[in-house]
Amino acid sequence: MTNPRREATPGRSLSIAYRLTISLTLVLGLAVAATIYAAYGYGRQAANEAFDRLLQGAALQIAERIFVIEGDVRVDIPVSAFELLSLAKDERIFYRVTQPDGTTLTGDDDFPLPKADDIPEGGFTYEVDFGGERVRAHAMLRRLAERAVSGDIYIVVAHTTGSREQLARSMATQSVAVIAGAGFAILVLALLAMRYAMRPLERIQTAILERDPLDLSPFSMHAPDEVSALVASINRFMGRLDRRVRAMQDYVADSAHQIRTSITALRAHSELALDEDDPQRLKALHRRIRSRAIGLNRLTDQLLSHALVTHRADTAPLEPLDLRRIAVGAERDFVQLSGGRKLRIQLDLPEEPVMVQGDAFSLGEAVKNLLNNAHAHGKPPVAVTISSTGGRARIAVTDRGDGLPASDPAEVGKRFAINPNKPESAGLGLAIVREVAEFHNGRIVLEPQKGTFTISLDLPLATEGNAYL
Amino acid sequence: MAEDTMFEALGDKSETLVIGSVTDLIFIEPLIREFQHANPTTAVVYRQMTSLDLYAAVAEACEAGDFFADAVISSAIPEQVRLVNDGCSEPFRFNLPADLPDWAAWRNELVGLTFEPAVIVYDREGLKPEEVPRNRFELVDLLRQTERFRGRIGTYDIESSGVGYIFAFEDAAQASTWGRLLESLGQNRAQLFCCSSDVIEGVRTGRLVLGYNVLGSYALARQEEDPRIGIIFPSDYTLALSRAALVSRHARNKRAANALIALALSDTGQRLLSGPSRLFSSLNGPEMLNRIDTGAGPSAEEAAFRPIALSPALLVGLDQAKRKAFLDQWRKSFQAGGGE
Repeated sequence: MTNPRREATPGRSLSIAYRLTISLTLVLGLAVAATIYAAYGYGRQAANEAFDRLLQGAALQIAERIFVIEGDVRVDIPVSAFELLSLAKDERIFYRVTQPDGTTLTGDDDFPLPKADDIPEGGFTYEVDFGGERVRAHAMLRRLAERAVSGDIYIVVAHTTGSREQLARSMATQSVAVIAGAGFAILVLALLAMRYAMRPLERIQTAILERDPLDLSPFSMHAPDEVSALVASINRFMGRLDRRVRAMQDYVADSAHQIRTSITALRAHSELALDEDDPQRLKALHRRIRSRAIGLNRLTDQLLSHALVTHRADTAPLEPLDLRRIAVGAERDFVQLSGGRKLRIQLDLPEEPVMVQGDAFSLGEAVKNLLNNAHAHGKPPVAVTISSTGGRARIAVTDRGDGLPASDPAEVGKRFAINPNKPESAGLGLAIVREVAEFHNGRIVLEPQKGTFTISLDLPLATEGNAYL
Repeated sequence: MAEDTMFEALGDKSETLVIGSVTDLIFIEPLIREFQHANPTTAVVYRQMTSLDLYAAVAEACEAGDFFADAVISSAIPEQVRLVNDGCSEPFRFNLPADLPDWAAWRNELVGLTFEPAVIVYDREGLKPEEVPRNRFELVDLLRQTERFRGRIGTYDIESSGVGYIFAFEDAAQASTWGRLLESLGQNRAQLFCCSSDVIEGVRTGRLVLGYNVLGSYALARQEEDPRIGIIFPSDYTLALSRAALVSRHARNKRAANALIALALSDTGQRLLSGPSRLFSSLNGPEMLNRIDTGAGPSAEEAAFRPIALSPALLVGLDQAKRKAFLDQWRKSFQAGGGE
């Protein structure tokens, strides 16, 4: 009969799975990009190291074959030096050997040399443009200390850089493939893990959707820690709803019963009155009818008041207010309503305001009901006292009666706990007080003493911080 | 110094291909004919020079950014490698055959087209069959035993011939026999020639008994005509040289130059090269040589071919200091021999 309507679902934000997917993909993408960048760097470095060895080896081999014959420096370039360089296949090769005086002994005599200071003992590697291409060169010194010749012989060996780049690229490409593959695999696994982790949520969702709308019992499923609070609050909410619904049903049943009882009595009395001829007894019947009518009147008043208070408990915002005003207002209303009857209520108010967070209407109704009870069941004089101690505010109504027959505080305020001797009482007064106390986080305090009975509403005092919110 | 031969286009002439080469025209002509058959609108200029002149001309044009030839084909492979190393060539615009041996190409800019062994030729009438040396050791022994070869041995003048120089340089690098061989050649007052064909002609006419390090292509081709020429593929090792081709960076007709080289490497090209010119192809040279009957002496079957790889290692031979030292040693050997 009640199909859950789709358009009634609240506005949705991005799903957790979607957020996780996006952020995981981003994070992994960034990580993969950074790794690829690093891989290119490492690839280049590794390629350079590998190929620089060839240059160093060739330079060393040439350096070994430099000797002085009859005062002349001679170079005998070994074939092996060039074969070593040829290992970097397809690279153009350049070399130059210069004498101490700067003249070229052999090789490409326009090949650029590094500055003399730059060359350390182990040789120096540098890059220049030569022959229309980028070449990497290794320069090495051979110190000659012969009688005829002394000084530094420069040996420069160079080749083009295609092989290095190819090697760097292929190394990087391979690692890129591996990294990208791994990244993709991690992403897939992470998404699978995420689905697995999200499954309890789906289970809860299904459980809620499949539930009979009339079933308000708590969920008993196992929820992971992260959502157990959510499930618990759903359960609390359901519990509240359940109690409320049940209370409402009881209330309606009780109220109907009360009203019917009163009306039945009224009808019975009026029928009796119709058949009664004796004026004396007729009068007595009239009085009873009147008394019943007053009782019914009060019952409907209190039913309305109770309904209002219940409604306000759910909706009215709690505002800072002064209990003294409530007391004064309630006293005035009560005196007005009681009409001609001369009622005296003694007000005992402190000098300072007593601030609580509350709903003025509800509190006023509560006080009026207490006053009503005091008058109906207690003995005058009735006093209203406002006091505050230790963070609590108290509004007390005292009379000289015997107090409530049942002094169990848990029983206080039970609806329609009617004194059978007093048909005018509807039995809703304390129920209202109790309701008000509950939604103000307060309680009802009973203080039966010798000769007096005090019933008070004990509320938390508004603190400075939230008093004027 | 250049000798130009013009091959007019078969059809309407629209373009020209200039080939710079050291190969005797008669050897390369079938290839040019075939090329023109496939490219009837292309006229071909065949510019023939000695290997060293060709290198000098190409290098000079390259440095100046001038045009000299579209395709350069030379047996002086160190010089060809040098041209590539100096950036005078450009990459081929076709894919080299997959079965091309590694040694036959460098940088995709230089490719070896032929397979020409360095052989020993001899006069069959001047040498008894049992005297025929099978390898360099036997050759050295033979030269030491007798004086009758004095002045009757021919070989390259390595100072003027690029091919001669590379063969000698490789000999020196390959084996320790080089020193003894050089000494023997010097003592026997070996005569020096510019070209293989001159040595072979000397043997054919009986003026020479032995020719050392002669290009097998020429020898085999001449042997067809004159069985007096005997050919030895030395069994210790037989150097093999591959005429190397490149497309000049300043070529005017790069398309035709690429097409010519691609043709030489194609099946058709292999067939032509293995024909009467006996140049053979770098792709199947040893295999084809094995089928050849040289008549007497060690056949190609026994030969241990050592192809000279197209590699920058060849540049060492061109190193000024190295070359000077090598030539000095060479000259000394011959002067010593001559002075005796």
